[in-house]
Amino acid sequence: MQPHKAEKNRIKNRLPQWEYLAFIAAVLLTFVLCVSVGTVRLPWSDVIHYFTDLLFGTDYEYAVSSAPQIMTVRVPRVICVALSGMSLALCGCAMQGLLKNPLAEGSTLGVSSGAALGAIIAIAFDIHVPFLSLAGPTVMAMLFAFGSIMLILFLAYRLDYSLSTNTIVLLGVIYSLFVSSIIMFITTFSSEKIRSITYWTMGSLQGSSYTEALILFTVLAVCASVILSKSEELNAFAIGEDNARSIGIDVRKTRLTILISVSALIGTCVSIGGSIGFVRLVVPHMTRMIVGPNHRRLLPATLFSGAVFLMLMDLIARVILKPRELPIGAVTSLIGAVLFVFIFAGTRRTHR
Amino acid sequence: MSLLELKNISVSYGDITVLKEVSLELESGDWLMVIGPNGAGKSTLISAIGGAAPYTGDILIGDQERTSMRSRDIARRIGTLNQSHSVGYSFSVRELVSLGRYPYRKGLIGGKDEDNERMVEEAINDVGLGAMADRSLLTLSGGELQRAFIAQLFAQDPNVLMLDEPTNNLDLVFQKEIFDLLREWVSRKDRAILSVVHDLGLARTYGSKALLLDKGTVAAYGCMDEVFSDAVINSAYGLDIRRWMSSLYSRWTD
Repeated sequence: MQPHKAEKNRIKNRLPQWEYLAFIAAVLLTFVLCVSVGTVRLPWSDVIHYFTDLLFGTDYEYAVSSAPQIMTVRVPRVICVALSGMSLALCGCAMQGLLKNPLAEGSTLGVSSGAALGAIIAIAFDIHVPFLSLAGPTVMAMLFAFGSIMLILFLAYRLDYSLSTNTIVLLGVIYSLFVSSIIMFITTFSSEKIRSITYWTMGSLQGSSYTEALILFTVLAVCASVILSKSEELNAFAIGEDNARSIGIDVRKTRLTILISVSALIGTCVSIGGSIGFVRLVVPHMTRMIVGPNHRRLLPATLFSGAVFLMLMDLIARVILKPRELPIGAVTSLIGAVLFVFIFAGTRRTHR
Repeated sequence: MSLLELKNISVSYGDITVLKEVSLELESGDWLMVIGPNGAGKSTLISAIGGAAPYTGDILIGDQERTSMRSRDIARRIGTLNQSHSVGYSFSVRELVSLGRYPYRKGLIGGKDEDNERMVEEAINDVGLGAMADRSLLTLSGGELQRAFIAQLFAQDPNVLMLDEPTNNLDLVFQKEIFDLLREWVSRKDRAILSVVHDLGLARTYGSKALLLDKGTVAAYGCMDEVFSDAVINSAYGLDIRRWMSSLYSRWTD
């Protein structure tokens, strides 16, 4: 009878509404921490004055004289990291609810592999995009992400009109494997590019610009509003598709809407930051343990925790072996895997 | 006016016909028991009405054609209790039951509505889970979980309940509780139940009409006395059902 009690308390102790203030504070604190720490350590006063300078045009005597130059590099990068963390975690959370499967995540759809293929083609064949301040791989990754989801949904429709979960997951996984083998082919035949291809696959937000931050922000704003407006529907899907249908949800339409939003968001993230694993899997789990499974609170909370988590991972990637920088994808997977085992063990204990 | 009417409903998957030209009608106060051996098409019938299986024929809900209705409007008229529940995440009883109000909510936020909240609390109390409203679904017993899902249906407040094996895997006391609960529910105005029940004793006791399916076709349909005759039942099941059932209880001592 012990687990019953524990479970009951856990639900009663869910955080009240002020949790959002706490989350925002955590995001801001992490942000300031992440822009101040790095190869060169900036004092907090410099960081804060950099922003007041930007906003009010004051002129401040920096303790570290190169602070403004460092900040122009660091700030857009950390913003991109935060936005990527938000997007990836939100996608994972939506997929785990939609497919009623705690192991689902954005890449279950095959979109991230598709995006990776696009980027790798661009790197291997030196494709550049004229008139755009974005790199070739980024643009190609976006195009391929979009093409991938179209292809997968088209096939899913042809094979199974009801768009069942199994069909989509199966197609996504098979598509990912198919694409990985193409990536291997390309990599084999472009040996001189192997270094940059490998580096890209590991994921990095090094050198992100304000343009990329703006793109990410726009896509996130649109897709997140769509996904958040489907909170109640996601609750029903998380309980069961039959149940969702019984209470009057248009199952097919809702699923399609959420899948397209998730794909757009994942595609954009992968094209800007490469494939960053585990955020989409682990962060929703951790957040669910704190705020419970109700998507009305879980989805917004995941946005914040995703931002904090990825900013911290990026910080570790930057400083742990400085001045050498590790790919963020490697750090998230390393730490994420260990965390995941702990979380999994923890939930097993309370649920049995 | 009938609450639900089916005209020549057929369901096929490829070349296999699972349900062939089933017609039936539910009026206020009816409790239709759908019976028949395994594989007769009972669950398929519920899936077709609920929109989970492709069908041919006409389904009239109220007096509207099903295909012309929005899924929310259908949900206000018909609620379905599925055969099995495997809950994955630790939602609370109240969260589950409040989903029953989904077809009535308006706009994007619209969660806090006193009417909706009152219906949810009432439904939870009606099934006797008042003290467990904040409990996680993962900690409930099979019977409690089934009652939580029934509470969601009560909160949904449809005209017709469709129940697929509502007391499967539940002990006899729970069976009686749930059937009594449903009898009380259907006794109110403009309500009817369509349920698949394996236990023919329960079906005979609580039902007001019966539909006997055999290999996808209607073997008998009508009032209880017509369907529950030895000749009709035995030919569908291929067994002298009444003799067997009474032999089950004949060894009891007082």
